[in-house]
Amino acid sequence: MTAAHNAPRRPVSGDPAAARSVLTSADLSRVIDRMAHELLEKTGGGAEVVLLGIPTRGPALAARLAGRIEAFEGVRVPTGSLDITLYRDDLRLKSPRALEETEVPVDGIDDKLVVLVDDVLFSGRTIRAALDALADLGRPRAVQLAVLVDRGHRELPIRADYVGKNIPTSLREAVHVQLVEHDGVDAVLLGPADMDRA
Amino acid sequence: MNRHLLSAGDLSRDDALLILDTAEELATLTERATVKKLPTLRGRTVVNLFFEDSTRTRTSFELAAKRLSADVINFSAKGSSVSKGETLKDTALTLEAMGADAVVIRHSWSGAPVNLARWVQGSVINAGDGTHEHPTQALLDAFTMRQRHGRLEGLRVAIVGDVLHSRVARSNVLLLHTLGADVTLVAPPTLLPVGVEAWPADVSYDIDAVLPKSDVVMMLRVQRERMSAAFFPSSREYSRRYGLDVRRVASLPDDAIVMHPGPMNRGMEIAPEVADGVRSTIVAQVANGVSVRMAVLYLLLGGAEPAIGRPLEGEA
Repeated sequence: MTAAHNAPRRPVSGDPAAARSVLTSADLSRVIDRMAHELLEKTGGGAEVVLLGIPTRGPALAARLAGRIEAFEGVRVPTGSLDITLYRDDLRLKSPRALEETEVPVDGIDDKLVVLVDDVLFSGRTIRAALDALADLGRPRAVQLAVLVDRGHRELPIRADYVGKNIPTSLREAVHVQLVEHDGVDAVLLGPADMDRA
Repeated sequence: MNRHLLSAGDLSRDDALLILDTAEELATLTERATVKKLPTLRGRTVVNLFFEDSTRTRTSFELAAKRLSADVINFSAKGSSVSKGETLKDTALTLEAMGADAVVIRHSWSGAPVNLARWVQGSVINAGDGTHEHPTQALLDAFTMRQRHGRLEGLRVAIVGDVLHSRVARSNVLLLHTLGADVTLVAPPTLLPVGVEAWPADVSYDIDAVLPKSDVVMMLRVQRERMSAAFFPSSREYSRRYGLDVRRVASLPDDAIVMHPGPMNRGMEIAPEVADGVRSTIVAQVANGVSVRMAVLYLLLGGAEPAIGRPLEGEA
């Protein structure tokens, strides 16, 4: 009768006892600093760049990257949020998911260098969906990808331009990214794959 | 398991809020980000089965389905000589053979959607059945109220007019009650249904006493086509006692809104200046209807199984 159990949100985190820490809070902020520097370097100072985070944790990461970029070079990079739920290729396999926010910067994405930001890069299917969603929003000059963790096991020809940390994993494992904005703590954990895939 | 949207009363609070939240994100996408086509329901077939006249509901459902890339078949079946039950069943079997994933039905016969749900495999969405229910109208009304007031909990809603013949009123009372709003029905005694005391709403005969305490006033259309007897002495008399004119609007709280499900009888239940006034949400209601119906279609058809609605009783 109710749909509460049918309206899945991504689980917040795994069982902390069963997971081991891969990045601590201090590691995470160093990683984000480095990614911000790389972004500035590769994009010629961040001109015409738009950072679009993929929910749940992408928008918070995008905001942090933008914050570091502004701290380093005084450049304000617009950020936004891009929900890919309606573009997923596995929609038919589960019951419909609640939608997350899509918020595009006021100047749009046309002729911009859009950097997609996500927490974990896994099969690549999320990014494929994001490229489709992006095409409906406008025509960027180019699209790049920044991920905090690349855990391998790609099922599509997709790679990231900026990687916080490569973590070799087995399919029986799951990577849990925790951010203060969502989880009250900054950490990356590796635990048993007891829940959904990123 | 098949699930349907037959009555606003079938929706739990969680279901209803999920629909409203989904509609809000869809509205952002289609209006602010101007995405006019989403791939989500590609390959799904939605049949619009309209046995009764409708402009906004049918086009709204059609647009909603098309924006989600579903295939839409418009099936208008009017004026058949066969008895209603048989006609509907035959039509249902035809739809069944075409493999409809969802059937949106409007029928003058209260209860037609429930019957249809027994005969077809797909999800059935009630788009108005007789004087019974119109759940997606209630959803878009609730969406509009939340959009304007930022909340539904504790909102004071007056529903004024021909409650007796109004499926909109019934669905709104059920849904608004679920969502925590306080509803007052205002009508002459002849236009209130038998058993209205059992509805989760207050009843008043005096519009002027209710308006100053209302955050929302929803005017109902006087449904002359369903009236077989004289329910009030004259149009002028009705308009004078229950019509929303400029003077009455002035007695509303400052942030109150005026709603009407359409089509309107201008000058009868609502004065033209009020219908076109700044408090009126009548045009917004139409726009919101598309977003809400997109949400309903997505949540019923978008996945392996529906996220909202309920199976028919007796079905597992």
